[in-house]
Amino acid sequence: MVLPLLAPCMESKDWGAEMAQKKTNLVSLEEGGFALFLVLLAFACIIVAGKTFDQVMAFHAGIGALFAAVGVFLIFKNYFDDGGQVIPQEIDGKPNYNIGPVKFGAVAAMFWGVAGFTVGLIIALQLAFPALNFDLPWTNFGRLRPLHTSAVIFAFGGNVLLATSMYVVQRTSRVRMPGKILPWFVILGYNAFIVIAGTGYLLGATQSKEYAEPEWYADLWLTIVWVFYLLLFMGTLWKRKEPHIYVANWFYLAFIVTIAMLHITNNLTIPVSIYSTKSYIVWSGVQDAMVQWWYGHNAVGFFLTAGFLAIMYYFIPKRAERPVYSYRLSIVHFWALIFIYIWAGPHHLHYTALPQWASTLGATFSIILWMPSWGGMINGLMTLSGAWDKLRTDPVLRMMVVSVAFYGMSTFEGPLMSLRAVNSLSHYTDWTIGHVHSGALGWVGYISFGALYCLIPWLWNKKRLYSLKLVDWHFWLSTIGIVLYITSMWVSGIMQGLMWRAYDQLGFLEYSFVETVEAMHPFYIIRALGGALFLAGALIMAYNLWMTVRHGEAEEADTTAAGSLAPAE
Amino acid sequence: MNETYSAVASFAQTWGLLYFMILFAIVVAYVLWPRNRKKFDDAAQIPFRED
Repeated sequence: MVLPLLAPCMESKDWGAEMAQKKTNLVSLEEGGFALFLVLLAFACIIVAGKTFDQVMAFHAGIGALFAAVGVFLIFKNYFDDGGQVIPQEIDGKPNYNIGPVKFGAVAAMFWGVAGFTVGLIIALQLAFPALNFDLPWTNFGRLRPLHTSAVIFAFGGNVLLATSMYVVQRTSRVRMPGKILPWFVILGYNAFIVIAGTGYLLGATQSKEYAEPEWYADLWLTIVWVFYLLLFMGTLWKRKEPHIYVANWFYLAFIVTIAMLHITNNLTIPVSIYSTKSYIVWSGVQDAMVQWWYGHNAVGFFLTAGFLAIMYYFIPKRAERPVYSYRLSIVHFWALIFIYIWAGPHHLHYTALPQWASTLGATFSIILWMPSWGGMINGLMTLSGAWDKLRTDPVLRMMVVSVAFYGMSTFEGPLMSLRAVNSLSHYTDWTIGHVHSGALGWVGYISFGALYCLIPWLWNKKRLYSLKLVDWHFWLSTIGIVLYITSMWVSGIMQGLMWRAYDQLGFLEYSFVETVEAMHPFYIIRALGGALFLAGALIMAYNLWMTVRHGEAEEADTTAAGSLAPAE
Repeated sequence: MNETYSAVASFAQTWGLLYFMILFAIVVAYVLWPRNRKKFDDAAQIPFRED
């Protein structure tokens, strides 16, 4: 088995040596293609920046030109540094995994996470103390709120998904990702999108569609990056040495494919002019609303659920050192989840112009979703059966298990809230905010933290984390934070809903709107306190990971054990 | 308009239902098929098999 695997590797090594001698390697098609594309893009951006009447567009086109130029520079710098060497697919018979882009994604995730949580805390405080808007257009709640949601979902969550998916698909396929520039284009291009989107919100460029705020040019750029991401992922699966495609990869693939479909359909816009940031969607009226919530709910289903379930199916077994409870259940979980989730969107539009049958359909499928959701949760939790004692000693595993518990809780609550009777009370209140955060902080946040705590030592070849004690602190601080957050929002939301529907004996509304706002004040403060604790936990995590990379004990036992038969270099 | 709706609705309520049931039955049969057991037990070990 070893010999045939070694053969191509030795061949490519010889090639590399020969080429390095001559130093006349041509630029590969991949390098040249990406460089040419970026050069053209830079020129297009400069033309737009020069001719536009829109200041935000001028700023973004300037950033675009800069990023594209830096991209071209990096491609050629890399080319001249390594002399256009062919990277070996395997080294000593082991796959030569490409972890550079994974490292970048992991660091970017931590950075955006802290940034996004901070903005979340700021807007939570703004709700309690409106003076914190500072009466500036750039810092008002309306602009900072999408900055917060996009930063935590797409910047933090997105980088976690990109990094882990690149890591997991390589490992479980036992093969290096294809391409030299391609993986870097995907991870850097995605982060460029984040910068364009985020600065756009602050400057007032928005489509005003929840979770789809970035304007047309940012959407176009993301589409390009996403198609390359799909190619990269499929390309890795195509090359795989492992005949079976591990279940985590199925979830990642569903996430990538579905997000592409949703993103394109919900962003079919026509710009006012190529020099303008403003665009109009081709859908109109209630159809636009339906497309938006078909997108919105499936962003929850396929970005925040399927993608992070992939993390659950790889990282929990790895950390617990035992295979997933039932592989068969994971297959049923996968197919049931993706077939059912896609229908649940209309429950966001109860009591609107949307026909009642459509909103009933949405609620029905939401209820059916209990089955796959809880099947998946049981599968994740039961993976620990026989190893529950690890929860006491390993705070990273505890974090991931609590994450799955939160997944179960918020996927129980969601279908309940999708019913028309419950929704008439909960909709437009803080209950929804609490629900979203039990899923976002508890499920998505914790499984991401757990994955990063596993991934950072693996990537930087460290034996273990710098400090498990600090992970413990992170766990308890942020758990208290989440509990404060969601309980205060439950109380505040239900109170708000009940106050809105309260009538006096004469049939008049009992409370004015501002009275409900006043009543919510204490709960806003509790919520901000919860957010502060969650942020404090994330800062401890960032410090812990930084110290792991800088001062962690290098992993040596493994290399000496594996290489004991081969002479050291 | 109403006729289109009822046509689509009745199609969805019959053939749509059947389609989903059959698809689900196929998935369950694939998963529970005795011959596939070894394959799935083997696949569950993939994360531990890597270099």
